[in-house]
Amino acid sequence: MSALKQKVASVLEEPGCATNQAKGEKERKAGCKKKLTPGAAAGGCAFDGAKIALQPIVDVAHLVHGPIACEGNSWDSRHTLSSGSHIYRTGFTTDMNEMDVVYGGEKKLYRAIKEIIDKYDPPAVFVYQTCLPAMIGDDIEAVCKAAAAKFGKPVIPVNAPGFVGSKNLGNKLGGEALLDYVIGTREPEYTTPCDINLIGEYNVVGELWQVKPLFDELGIRILATISGDGRYADIATAHKARAAIMLCSQALINVARKMEERYGIPFFEGSFYGVTDMSDALRKICALLVRQGGPTDLPARAEALIAREEAKAWARLEPYKARLKGKRVLLFTGGVKSWSVVSALQEVGMEIVGTSMRKTTANDREKVKEIMGTDAHMFDELPPREMYRMLKDSQADVMLSGGRSQFVALKAKTPWVEINQERHHALAGYDGIVNLVDEIDKALTNPVWQQVRQPAPWERPDWEQDLEGWQSCNQEECAGEVCHG
Amino acid sequence: MAEVKHSKKACAVNPLKMSQPIGAALAFLGMDQALPLLHGSQGCTAFGLVLFVKHFRETIPLQTTAMNEVTTILGGLENVEQALVNIHKRAAPALVGLISTGITEAKGDDVDGFLQLIRQKHPELADMEVVFVSTPDFAGAFQDGWGKAVLRMVETIAKPSNVRRPWQVNILPGCHLTPGDIEEVKEMVEAFGLTPVVLPDLSGSMDGHIPETFLPTTLGGTRLDELRSMGESAYTLVIGEQGRAAAAKLKDIAGVPYTVFDRLTGLKPCDDFLALLSRIANTEVPPRFKRQRSQLLDAMLDGHFHFGKKKVAVAAEPDLLYALTTFLTEMGAEIQVAVTSTESPLLNRVPADEVLIGDLEDFEQGAVGADLLITHAHGRQAAARLGIPFWRSGLPTFDRLGAAHKVSVGYRGTRNLIFEVGNVFIENLHEAVPDDFRPTAEPAASCGTGCAHGAAAVACH
Repeated sequence: MSALKQKVASVLEEPGCATNQAKGEKERKAGCKKKLTPGAAAGGCAFDGAKIALQPIVDVAHLVHGPIACEGNSWDSRHTLSSGSHIYRTGFTTDMNEMDVVYGGEKKLYRAIKEIIDKYDPPAVFVYQTCLPAMIGDDIEAVCKAAAAKFGKPVIPVNAPGFVGSKNLGNKLGGEALLDYVIGTREPEYTTPCDINLIGEYNVVGELWQVKPLFDELGIRILATISGDGRYADIATAHKARAAIMLCSQALINVARKMEERYGIPFFEGSFYGVTDMSDALRKICALLVRQGGPTDLPARAEALIAREEAKAWARLEPYKARLKGKRVLLFTGGVKSWSVVSALQEVGMEIVGTSMRKTTANDREKVKEIMGTDAHMFDELPPREMYRMLKDSQADVMLSGGRSQFVALKAKTPWVEINQERHHALAGYDGIVNLVDEIDKALTNPVWQQVRQPAPWERPDWEQDLEGWQSCNQEECAGEVCHG
Repeated sequence: MAEVKHSKKACAVNPLKMSQPIGAALAFLGMDQALPLLHGSQGCTAFGLVLFVKHFRETIPLQTTAMNEVTTILGGLENVEQALVNIHKRAAPALVGLISTGITEAKGDDVDGFLQLIRQKHPELADMEVVFVSTPDFAGAFQDGWGKAVLRMVETIAKPSNVRRPWQVNILPGCHLTPGDIEEVKEMVEAFGLTPVVLPDLSGSMDGHIPETFLPTTLGGTRLDELRSMGESAYTLVIGEQGRAAAAKLKDIAGVPYTVFDRLTGLKPCDDFLALLSRIANTEVPPRFKRQRSQLLDAMLDGHFHFGKKKVAVAAEPDLLYALTTFLTEMGAEIQVAVTSTESPLLNRVPADEVLIGDLEDFEQGAVGADLLITHAHGRQAAARLGIPFWRSGLPTFDRLGAAHKVSVGYRGTRNLIFEVGNVFIENLHEAVPDDFRPTAEPAASCGTGCAHGAAAVACH
């Protein structure tokens, strides 16, 4: 069994994963690989997933070893932000050609790494394997090892070629690269009893910065974020944190669990979306830090902050309640956002008419059921055609989803708000939920809906009769307009 | 005459190029009730899908044979079969564009052979046309994939014919033409009383209309019966080199004569295009074009002040690069650097000293000191770093509205281009400050001997 195969198998059997916990020994061994249906599959590949998980590390070069498709068709298209270096937004690829396929791409990869170090001198180079070089047998681990030795700089192989599986698997394989090659390789300059890691927070449109002030105020230091606005050197020291919060459902559960196992860093699964979830996360991390020997007044200080911020958030949400009460939402997203957003929207009186359960764990499912009181409106799959029909039949007033289904909603002339990774508005923390509600309000109250739903005059019955009345009558109050009789 | 050079780097930095398979996919997206199917891993499809969704702001039908590492090694017959059966069941398109990728090409899947076996085994698929096109990711670029897909459609579907439809004209646009461009070309052809058959016709499918129903395939675009009738047309007009092979093939199959217009931007090519249409239709050029021509001449006169001696850096696929650079130089601008993605016979006719087949890092290095940058949306980082005005052209344009409706062909399109680009120059006009007029000091050495005279004295005390 190849090293990659072993890695994939181990990640698929991840004991920390709630879905796996619910399975018997035999099922678990079989792994959780869902077979894709040719001709009816949607979603990204493992390479995509690895890139999503790691590209938010802003100061390293992300080099894609493969033909042009893997990087050329997709680079610089994510909204994870940086407070410093911008090298992570540079597209690096070996752009393999026919000769490389025939003779192997290892030498070219090595030269590419050298060129990057010579020209850009990043603290590390991350090398992503893709299907084609994996298939022809390019050994990126060996090339990275040789390059690291030669150039005296970390060169990290990320072995997640697209065809080994889904985006979610790729997230985890990306995490494995950090566990194998990065975390624990450096010591922090100093430590505090309140050092934490955020695992699975990508700083999409600056959401990390939206919650960071809350931690700052409590004196909690975010030692490393894996991986939003991340720095190579910080992530290398992540093993010295006292506790961790795992975000984004279970995308990086393997990182959280293995860091607990290897370095004794306890973690819990939390969310920064929604008022109660945010408060919950703060309470839990404080409790965890106290257990780890942190200052005992931390929970009390957290409660004061929570009380203040919650009051502020509720006060800001208040004006929306009257406007949004009873508005029906179709929520189509995966993972953690389902339950955390459901509770947030219910807080302002909106009604959830449906939510997708894609990429969710049994835990997520239970949470949604608990919050919604029923599982009647949980969809495992909602094909675009069905989604369109629901919206066209006005079964929802607004849809919240990722970019791919945006145009299903818009073509059905239904308000739509973006909540996945391509979103343009920061939705985390106490401010974020107000932003989300404001986005929904902005979408629902836009005057275009009324206009685009009106048929053209000639599509109305008896339109020619209507036209009769259009003749301007010299009355003053009609001046300048078509006077409809 | 430009010298064509190749980047020698091992690492492409900030790619200009996109892959062949998605170029082919876009060609199939210009067909009515079509569904492009990439034979590769699901990521190949997902990246292309996201790219097109962002550019066109439309739902994009695009499927995958979902190859994994095992099926890649064993061969993809089963995956292709399952995909076609599933697609037939769920979406029932009139046409499936089956597009190979890097892994299935490197493995050497005999897809034509697969299709024969699948056809035998599944007679129920008979009502679904399947066109296979071979487009490895590790060769060529986006426009090559488009060109191959169009060629394969002509090869597999167009028919020889004894019938001639003297009023019917085939149009083969390159992928650098937007739906708006194609609409403009169609209007030009129709104005002569001719009926255009456009292959493929993005203006029918990707133009952003609101359909009354939802289909898992394209809605609008070239119909198969139109494609079948192309052999009966009086003439084929090609816009861009990438359509030449398909036009030549159609001539072989059905004897339809053709003319390749290397571009349809600029006065001369538009004149020629209309003159040819006039001859095909055997009618006078309609008065509206005389009016439009006159408006274009006026725009050239008004605009030339702002283009003269401007240095412009352009990075685009060959056909678009050629159209843009010839337009710019015909307005008096100079091409400071020209970068492109793939080979083309047009490249050494680009009005620049050299054309580099390279990336946007090469482009950025060559663009230092230029007055304007023109490339697709990925040029935004270079523009920000260099502080040079940036005008977006080409696919992808994911950070501006209306990419599908930009028009730069015909008299009106050329006029529009003069205004759009000219306005960028005007917006960045340098307003003079006193220092602009102060004679510059000579180097320090001359100061040493004597600072007696004029302004130089001021500069060196």
